[in-house]
Amino acid sequence: MQVLQSFAIRAGYAVILLVAVLVLNFSMMHLAPGDVADTISQSMGGADQELLDQIRADYGLDQPFYIQLGHYIGGVLQFDLGFSFFYNQPVTELILQRLPATLLLVITAQLLALFIGVIMGVISARKPNGILSHFVTFLALFGYAAPVFWTGILLLIAFSLKVQWFPVAGMQDVTIEGGFWAHFIDVARHMALPVVTLGSLFLALYSRLARATMMETLGSDFVRTAKAKGLSTNQVVYKHALKNSLSPVITLAGLQFSAVISGAVLVEAVFSWPGLGTLAFQSIIARDTPTILGILFFSALVVIVGNLLTDLALRLVDPRVGGKG
Amino acid sequence: MALLSVKNLQIEIKTRAGVAPVIDDLSFDLEAGESLSFVGESGCGKSMTALALMGLLPEGVGSVAAGSITFDGEELTTATETRLREIRGNDISMIFQEPMTSLNPLFTIGEQIAEVLRAHQNLSRKAAWNQAIELLDAVRIPNAKARVNDYPFQMSGGQRQRVMIAIALACQPKILIADEPTTALDVTVQAQIFDLLQDMRRQTDSSIILITHDMGAVAEMAERMIVMYAGRKAELGPVEDVIANPRHPYTAGLISCVPHILSTLTEEREKLVEVPGIVPPLNDFGKDSCLFASRCQQAQAQCLEARPPEIEFGPEHQSACWRAQEL
Ligand SMILES: Nc1ncnc2c1ncn2[C@@H]1O[C@H](COP(=O)(O)OP(=O)(O)OP(=O)(O)O)[C@@H](O)[C@H]1O
Ligand SMILES: [Mg+2]
Repeated sequence: MQVLQSFAIRAGYAVILLVAVLVLNFSMMHLAPGDVADTISQSMGGADQELLDQIRADYGLDQPFYIQLGHYIGGVLQFDLGFSFFYNQPVTELILQRLPATLLLVITAQLLALFIGVIMGVISARKPNGILSHFVTFLALFGYAAPVFWTGILLLIAFSLKVQWFPVAGMQDVTIEGGFWAHFIDVARHMALPVVTLGSLFLALYSRLARATMMETLGSDFVRTAKAKGLSTNQVVYKHALKNSLSPVITLAGLQFSAVISGAVLVEAVFSWPGLGTLAFQSIIARDTPTILGILFFSALVVIVGNLLTDLALRLVDPRVGGKG
Repeated sequence: MALLSVKNLQIEIKTRAGVAPVIDDLSFDLEAGESLSFVGESGCGKSMTALALMGLLPEGVGSVAAGSITFDGEELTTATETRLREIRGNDISMIFQEPMTSLNPLFTIGEQIAEVLRAHQNLSRKAAWNQAIELLDAVRIPNAKARVNDYPFQMSGGQRQRVMIAIALACQPKILIADEPTTALDVTVQAQIFDLLQDMRRQTDSSIILITHDMGAVAEMAERMIVMYAGRKAELGPVEDVIANPRHPYTAGLISCVPHILSTLTEEREKLVEVPGIVPPLNDFGKDSCLFASRCQQAQAQCLEARPPEIEFGPEHQSACWRAQEL
């Protein structure tokens, strides 16, 4: 019960944080030169001052700042993020169309990076002078040093152009026919390179941290106790030591959520992945303010939800976090 | 035949300055049901001896260089890891010096007790769990049924050490090694833990190897004692014999260190005696001389020239001192 209660408190803070993000985003957009009226008039091939004023009046842009802000927040609370004139569609609808693609990319990349990173960390911690251990060090260096878009373009050239194992761009091939599995495999093939590009950066982080914490845990007293009980090596390593090494990695993964999202923007741009990143890119160029605001809001939402999930995961792993005691 | 027989055991440890014999030529026997105590200053190799018996010397650092450890007729120094795992926790188990960190913080104590039962006795989850509750009760943790679901952070140091004892005794081992089980605990709790160990030992008929600094506990719990100095056996003998009539200057020094608590407060208290000097550095452990000589008031030229042999006094009492006869 206590767990639920403290979780509810965290969720409450999250909502306050979201509203703060909304206000901040809106204010910053408001400060930037140019508004929706400019965009509309541009798309019409120019307009005179009278028409501009007309448009501003129609969309409430002539109102004082705080009233506009109030309208916007009121709208958001009803899941209305405004209307995109560039895409001629409500922003919420637009974002919800693109969100699944981004979530698919981000979650797959995060989970793979976490899973493989932890496994690599564990194996290399058990053999600190083994080949894999050196590989982890190298990978970490590479992961820190190489910019995401560079890795992406490199992979694209190597595996889509030189040897044509993977498709160059997009998320699916519309000409594909067949049932669920045919589409599944098609999407998986499209996903491979973007996921590897995005994941490699975080794989480097996680495997290094997992290796370090695992080495420390393997030398701890309770691991010696586990050995003294006569447990099998697998139980000692994967039950007793691994569980104790997970918390720092989970915490790091939670902190990286925002970095993963911004990484996704770049990766999506490189691979023309039809997600929020590409949308953000296009709407910034088109100065489509409502869409940009909507994307910012959703990114914040994803990061906050990610942090809540991280918190929950930490509680599941470690009884000392919050809850009891 | 002795239950456990250690012969000429030599343990080497890798240090930055090279390889040092942290245990040098150690021999002793442990009979079934017997209680044997190890005493000696910090760093003289008591824990290393215990870990060697468990086959748990720190990987890549410590190793058995020579000698043999025979348990129930079986050689342990050359036994496979699989065989050692069957023995650990089942036939020989160990309680460690650090109760605060020796339990896994992320598992309930019930699970940590039940786990060892499942590993060695093929018990079902349910049966192992029920037995864990009984064991908690046996080590006198009040309200065992509820506390079995607690995590280590919810228990005091003394309670954690009780849990460690429950784990160690779960499979009714033939030998229980208790490595300074009370060093980290406060005085009132220390007596309770020794009482508990004594009772449990009577119930399970285990032999016990008690490593301690506490001469009082040695006198109370052990039948024989080994005094270690710098990785070597200084003296071995029945507890009363050794305390009443120490045959090694180091033993005599250790005994005179024990403050006389019984003298009343009004009386002028005896000044605390200490053994002057410190244990030589690890790299000098291999020297062919008496390692205690530099701190010994009885030292002669001979003590610095050759390692003293173990001289027998009667069937049970040995001392490694050149001047043991004269003391
Ligand atoms: N993991 C290790 N790596 C290197 N040297 C070690 C290690 N563990 C112990 N030693 C060294 O081995 C020697 C014997 O240590 P040991 O732990 O057996 O002493 P002890 O008699 O148990 O002392 P204490 O009463 O403090 O527990 C010490 O000099 C110590 O520095
Ligand atoms: Mg010790």
